Amino acid sequence: MQPKMIPALALALCGIWVAGCATRPSDSETERAVAEMIKASFKTRGQATVARLNQDDAQALCSKHAGELPKDVSDGIEKAQQATIRYPSSGKLTGDWREGERIAQSGVGKQFTDAPTRPAGGSCYNCHQLSKQELSFGTIGPSLYQFGKQRGASEAIQKYTYGKIYNSQASTACSNMPRFGHNGVLTEEQITHLVALLLDHDSPVNK
Amino acid sequence: MRIDRVLAGVLAATLPCLSPAQQDTQKEIERYRQMLQESNPAELYEARGEELWKTRRGPRNASLERCDLGLGPGVVKGAYVRLPRYFADTGRVQDLESRLATCMVTLQGFTPEEARRKPFSGTGAPMITTDPFSGVGQRSVMTDLVAWIASESRGMTIAPSVSHPKERLAYQAGERLFYYRAGPYDFGCVTCHGEEGKRIRLQNLPKMTNAKDAQRAFGTWPGYRVSEGELRSMQWRMWECVRQMRFPELEFASDASIALITYLAKQAEGGTFDAPAIKR
Amino acid sequence: MADPMRIRANMTGDKVEVKVLMAHEMETGLRRDAGGNAIPAHFIRNVSVTYGGKTVLSAQWGTSVSRNPFLHFRFNGGKPGEKVMITWLDNKGEKRTDEAVIAGGG
Repeated sequence: MQPKMIPALALALCGIWVAGCATRPSDSETERAVAEMIKASFKTRGQATVARLNQDDAQALCSKHAGELPKDVSDGIEKAQQATIRYPSSGKLTGDWREGERIAQSGVGKQFTDAPTRPAGGSCYNCHQLSKQELSFGTIGPSLYQFGKQRGASEAIQKYTYGKIYNSQASTACSNMPRFGHNGVLTEEQITHLVALLLDHDSPVNK
Repeated sequence: MRIDRVLAGVLAATLPCLSPAQQDTQKEIERYRQMLQESNPAELYEARGEELWKTRRGPRNASLERCDLGLGPGVVKGAYVRLPRYFADTGRVQDLESRLATCMVTLQGFTPEEARRKPFSGTGAPMITTDPFSGVGQRSVMTDLVAWIASESRGMTIAPSVSHPKERLAYQAGERLFYYRAGPYDFGCVTCHGEEGKRIRLQNLPKMTNAKDAQRAFGTWPGYRVSEGELRSMQWRMWECVRQMRFPELEFASDASIALITYLAKQAEGGTFDAPAIKR
Repeated sequence: MADPMRIRANMTGDKVEVKVLMAHEMETGLRRDAGGNAIPAHFIRNVSVTYGGKTVLSAQWGTSVSRNPFLHFRFNGGKPGEKVMITWLDNKGEKRTDEAVIAGGG
């Protein structure tokens, strides 16, 4: 019979079977099973194609090293992701914070129940606090309240902020935050509105 | 009531980690949950499920009373908390819903497609009325059965079987899937369920690799979702998560869904099963 | 024939406390399906509760009451062992009546 309370360490080292590690499925057996499941258990629906389950380099590495990311791997990811960042050719990195608030509130985008033509939102409040008035905010990411007030709105800060939203893994490998620009979720213009929401002196985020 | 104690436990467990303002929000969330506890519409599904188990249906005009859910033909009490498990007759690891589909085929003569049709009841949120499984005002036999069978394990200890080689494989595959990051949002289950004390908007997120969180989470599905006016099962919960992860559609009772449920059930091992529960 | 109500009735002090769960869609008529068509309104209009032939509660409901409504109330003058009868009538003319025996001491 299996014991009810399993020490975390044993869990990490050996899986959880009292019978011994030797009877555990091998890594390659597990990998094969997972590959088969991914093929057979999912189907394309609406805009969500099965091709989405093909991982890019960052996704594959982050899945493989979940829980403990070696420094050389995280450095490599950050370098590669940094290279993907595209800034607006106009040079204008800050848009309209009112539009930014609308984008931050919207959780629509890329689901098979979403119309493909409808612009995606940033789902920002799902994970972050932003304005003081909005009480329905998540805590998966840090609070962004007073983001601009704390940092100012210099060109360097605008670039940093834009880059964070475009590809969060350029600064934090395997970040939980979607790579909104790089993955084509938000447009250039939408990101500038979010930059304004975060940095503009008049934005509710900085009041 | 047991649920009150569980909620009190949630409150006690999360309060120390929160700032005063966050504690107020937490208190209000819990107070709202308490108000919903009074009477759970899941009872209506349970009553129908109990009838459906005994009702003769399908081409063979047979009931499900000989269905083996792992504890022997017809044994329902305590079956839910011992699932998922390996079944020799199908050679597969199966959860409750895939096992019910099997019995609908072998005992009642339905085709596999018919057995899997309409696993989810009602309309859900208006945005998923295109779902082939749901329809306006339509019931789901599967959901009713799940409600009753789950209620027959209420109060028991969660104890899925992970000793057979195929069960171990399902567990390990489920673990890999849990950490699998993909799609345009780079999400994996771990993105939302990998850290303690987090929430999405105002919805608390269990850390599914933390035993206490997993026990509470796994122990309260199936659950009646007040906001949808429907009872929702573990298969539905997986399907809905995967949709929100921006992945393609997870097939009902598929191997991946069973692997994930196996992994989660094992994380919840030792917890007290308290379903069907009532949820926001 | 609609699903039966789940009724609990017991004494709380000298009052009868009743908790009843009704199975009903309570569709407002404002929701739309995938094709854009309005889902027809289907909701309970009237609820009446009788004890010993007398009406102890009468309610007029509308579309603001949610699906599978739960009603919780107390009334005077009831005794354990006696029956309380509940009837609902909806906008399509469908109705359902169920009764429960009042349990003692609660």
